[in-house]
Amino acid sequence: MRRISILAHIPLVGLAMLVWWVLWFMLMGTLMSVEELNATIGAALHDDGGRSFWPVLPAWPTLQPLARLLLDTPHFFVMFWNTFRLVVPSVAGQIVLSAPAAWALSRFRFRGRKLLITVYIALMLMPFQVTMVPNFLVIDRLGLMDNVLAVILPFAFSAFPVFIMLKGFDAVPHALLEAASIDGAGPVRTFLHVGLPLGLPSILAAMVLGFLDVWGAIEQPMTFLGDPSAWPLSLFLPQIVAEELGLAMAASLLMLLPAVLFFLFGQKYLELGIQAAGIKE
Amino acid sequence: MLIFFLIPFVDTVRRSFYDVRGVNFIGLESYVSVVNNMAFRLAAVNTARFVAICIPLLLVISLGVALLVRCVRPGGAVFKTTFLLPMAVPVASVVLLWQVLFNDGGLANSVLDFFGLPGVRFMGSGAAFWVLVATYLWKNTGYNMVLWLAGLDSISDTLYEAARVDGASKLQSFRYVTLPCLLPTVGIVSILSLLNSFKVFREAYLVAGAYPHDSMYLLQHLFNNWFVQLDISRLSAAATMLAAVLLVMILIIRRFLDEKD
Repeated sequence: MRRISILAHIPLVGLAMLVWWVLWFMLMGTLMSVEELNATIGAALHDDGGRSFWPVLPAWPTLQPLARLLLDTPHFFVMFWNTFRLVVPSVAGQIVLSAPAAWALSRFRFRGRKLLITVYIALMLMPFQVTMVPNFLVIDRLGLMDNVLAVILPFAFSAFPVFIMLKGFDAVPHALLEAASIDGAGPVRTFLHVGLPLGLPSILAAMVLGFLDVWGAIEQPMTFLGDPSAWPLSLFLPQIVAEELGLAMAASLLMLLPAVLFFLFGQKYLELGIQAAGIKE
Repeated sequence: MLIFFLIPFVDTVRRSFYDVRGVNFIGLESYVSVVNNMAFRLAAVNTARFVAICIPLLLVISLGVALLVRCVRPGGAVFKTTFLLPMAVPVASVVLLWQVLFNDGGLANSVLDFFGLPGVRFMGSGAAFWVLVATYLWKNTGYNMVLWLAGLDSISDTLYEAARVDGASKLQSFRYVTLPCLLPTVGIVSILSLLNSFKVFREAYLVAGAYPHDSMYLLQHLFNNWFVQLDISRLSAAATMLAAVLLVMILIIRRFLDEKD
């Protein structure tokens, strides 16, 4: 067994390098001066016939591009703020709307329940390209085009968190609910005091997945937000790449950091969320 | 949910039979125009090719990684985190890196130079398609690995014990215990991979724009471009067809697996 473990390390480390190198690149790139960036990878971006190379460590580590981004680039903060303005209400909306929906689907037996769950799963499985037109029709009808709500509302009403929480609530033992109702708790209190605490892991799972999804969202803001001043970082970054190498590096890292931190703290729940999708119903 | 997805989707299906303003009934005209559209054909073929190549590749690679990660049980968690990490990496933050790697004067060509191989125009040739495939694999291996690991964990130890008692070798117990027990997982992993494969549009779009090289012009580009032109009838028809194709594929995968059970 030990021998296998050591042998297994070889391909794993090789593959893991593909991930580690990307992070290393981002980190070192941020620490490089603009001159060094231009000398090493400028050739890739300007297509002047030269070749790029990448040193393991920067020759002269500097925080100057990062400082410039944070101190002299106010529109970066606007974009950062724009991103939060989309992410926070979207994720909060997902939780507030999905938790009761999932609870109802999980706990109450009503006609059409099975059908409704099937519809949820089918919708969850549809890519954005399919839901784009329906979303647009509603948003246009409500007069919300170019409004941040055009991005937030469809996210908040998405089917995926309902599905994950449904799995979580299904696991709550029936005996506990009976105990609650014998103690005189109504449906709402049962939900708040029994369902929510016990379903918390699946709610957190939905939150982590939701955050990562909206944080990196490209299609939705691109489709429904026409005004570049309302764009989130994810749309803004690709535009500054060509002009400002140093800034782009630092901004890329800052875009990456919250997602990675969120991921590291929520990894347990993320895995739970992925597995929830995998359990056969 | 009803308001944002279901009802408007029915409306979308309806609109696919009407003209642009949604007033006059024109029957299947939009469908005919979509199917005869050269861009649609190119995009549909590319998307089908992409899915057909990526999903088997991803299934095999992620299963391999999952098995390897299980072998190094003490240190497995580190690798699990590592392979899941790309999921959390926002596409926008690696656009710069992708350009640095795959532009004509990029790092990938420097590596080829180093080995004395001729340079490749990654973004301006059929190689663009493979860059996209690699990106998809990079991003989704971890996700699938977790699904496989859950599947592997659900196989009870007694089965392995029994196999060992019967004198099965490691390889045999993999072939006759592990693989059959993983079958139910295969279905769900393929369905989820299929859906995640539609998300590569983010990468493709950010790296190469709305009109990339022909080899990676996907349905997602087409939808986006038609949307910009506000061609709602054609878009509705195409969306309806895409939804139908996906549903049929999902049903086939599930039916196929239910029979195996």
